[in-house]
Amino acid sequence: MSTSSSIAKQQETEVRNGSTKPNLKPVNPKPQLRQKKIKKILQNWQLYLFVLPSFLYFIIFHYIPMYGLQIAFKDFIPALGIWGSEWVGFEHFIRFFESYYFWDLLKNTLVINLYELVVGFPLPIILALLLNEVKDGIYKRSVQTVTYAPHFISVVVMAGMIIAFLSPATGIINHFIEFLGFEPIRFLADPDWFKSVFVLSGVWQNTGWGTIIYLAALAGVDMQQHEAAIVDGATRLQRIWYINIPALVPTMIILLILNIGNFLAVGFEKILLLQNPLNLESSNVIATFVYTSGLLEAQYSFAAAVGLFNAVINAALLIAVNQIAKKRSETSLW
Amino acid sequence: MGAVIKETKADKTFKIFNYSFLFIALMIVLYPLIYIVSASVSDPSAVNSGEMWFLPKGFTLEGYKLIFENEQIWKGYLNTIFYTVLGTLINLAVTLPAAYALARKDFVGRGFLTGLFVLTMFFSGGLIPTYLLVKDLGMIDTIWAMVLPNAAAVWNIIISRIYFQVTIPTELEESARMDGCSNFKMFMKIVLPLSAPIIAVMALFYGVGHWNGYFNALIYLSDKDLYPLQLVLREILVLQEMSSSTANITESMAEAMHSKEQLAAIIKYGVMIVSTLPIIVVYPFLQRYFVKGVMIGSLKG
Repeated sequence: MSTSSSIAKQQETEVRNGSTKPNLKPVNPKPQLRQKKIKKILQNWQLYLFVLPSFLYFIIFHYIPMYGLQIAFKDFIPALGIWGSEWVGFEHFIRFFESYYFWDLLKNTLVINLYELVVGFPLPIILALLLNEVKDGIYKRSVQTVTYAPHFISVVVMAGMIIAFLSPATGIINHFIEFLGFEPIRFLADPDWFKSVFVLSGVWQNTGWGTIIYLAALAGVDMQQHEAAIVDGATRLQRIWYINIPALVPTMIILLILNIGNFLAVGFEKILLLQNPLNLESSNVIATFVYTSGLLEAQYSFAAAVGLFNAVINAALLIAVNQIAKKRSETSLW
Repeated sequence: MGAVIKETKADKTFKIFNYSFLFIALMIVLYPLIYIVSASVSDPSAVNSGEMWFLPKGFTLEGYKLIFENEQIWKGYLNTIFYTVLGTLINLAVTLPAAYALARKDFVGRGFLTGLFVLTMFFSGGLIPTYLLVKDLGMIDTIWAMVLPNAAAVWNIIISRIYFQVTIPTELEESARMDGCSNFKMFMKIVLPLSAPIIAVMALFYGVGHWNGYFNALIYLSDKDLYPLQLVLREILVLQEMSSSTANITESMAEAMHSKEQLAAIIKYGVMIVSTLPIIVVYPFLQRYFVKGVMIGSLKG
């Protein structure tokens, strides 16, 4: 995407796009129609001012960095600037792929995300289905209010809670473990525990909030279906299985696609806070590696290459999952 | 759900199971929250030894006193309030007009612009080019680094756009135009007054984001006077704790560190509460707005 496109140029594209759409023969758009379009643009010129700030924002803070990504193929030296630095082709990528940590990073990234998906994705659905069976009232409302609340806890406080609760000497969880007669576990110093700590704390924080969207979908289920099923003697479980769950499928698919679209980026702010030298072997993911090698060690080009690799894999996953969903279920993002 | 027909035995079992399951879920979420509140007002030695596990033991407000005397926390608090207010105002000024324009069917170019915005949700330049850009713009160690790189979020523009599409009738716009009302006037005088719920939802979503965010501050700020609360918290809750909980501590060392650790422990739980306080206070009243925001988003994946 060219970033130097001026607004005039953009409007020109719009005119072209707009005028070719309504009549199916784009070769020679009727002059009348084009005039109408231009009139519309002139009439609504203020609307272009309305989008101008966000247009500038996305160009500056999103498209210019995309253009800046070329440093992944260069040997970026700040003094020379993005343009002045020398091209090196795929050198940084090759260095990354051949490094001894490449497979560890890839494995950690994929395993943490898959783990989170497998555990974290079904739970809001189950909780929503169960909540939906409770009559509206104080009990339902309290469960909702309480389970939504952790969503608003910041990552830093969340990490602080995890560290405090899991402390081997003073943490409440280890006190319970000791109370039951076991040895305390050094959760955060043990690579084997890291992924579970990360995923389960995420489940605690986000399951309740995740139910909202499913509850909205369940509220849209036609009551007549349930009434008919009751008349036919269906039990509650049968009605959940045959009526409610199928009603949630489109929502599930969309959320699954969106989840996978963010697959390799999500949660990295929390991982960064929980990382320490002792669990690094299990907690080092591509996104945190980009941060350490790029910003702490200032290897800009190398880190940009690693980040680009991450983004490309991510985009490929998204497109693949979307295609599969489209074929199998007719629900898809585009 | 109206139970017209008598419940079967299976249904009753289900109901019992359901209520107990939800009760367990409720307790799992609630317990850590209660623990934090209790720990923040308990004698730290009772907390650390595990003696205090549910209700406060050895009630003391010493922790809160230390927090209120801590200048760094105060400064962080004020900085965060400032970033949150300024950042949210910028967010609203950027998001709402754009969402309204994109909601208008007679806006030539809406498809192209929406595509341009949405694409950034799925592909971005990533951390390093963004950081270099912010650096080149001279925003490192300025307040602008806290409010401009996240001046808008695609998802929020989409939600607002859907809201405008659904709630503002086209006829209203047409008749306003007949009366010679400009788009600007229409937006300020007609659309915004009709859109209080979406303004609240957006202010809340963006506001919570600013309040809770730490990563931008981590990479763009090195001047401690500009640190938002979350970075101060990171030092108290994460950096100090990590060093003490991962090091192999011998008995004698532990003895020496004991008093320092006691002090750290007593303010640890307090700062969790103090930092989340504004959200805790508004949450019960505004819960329905948050929920509404998520639901609008679900209307049109």
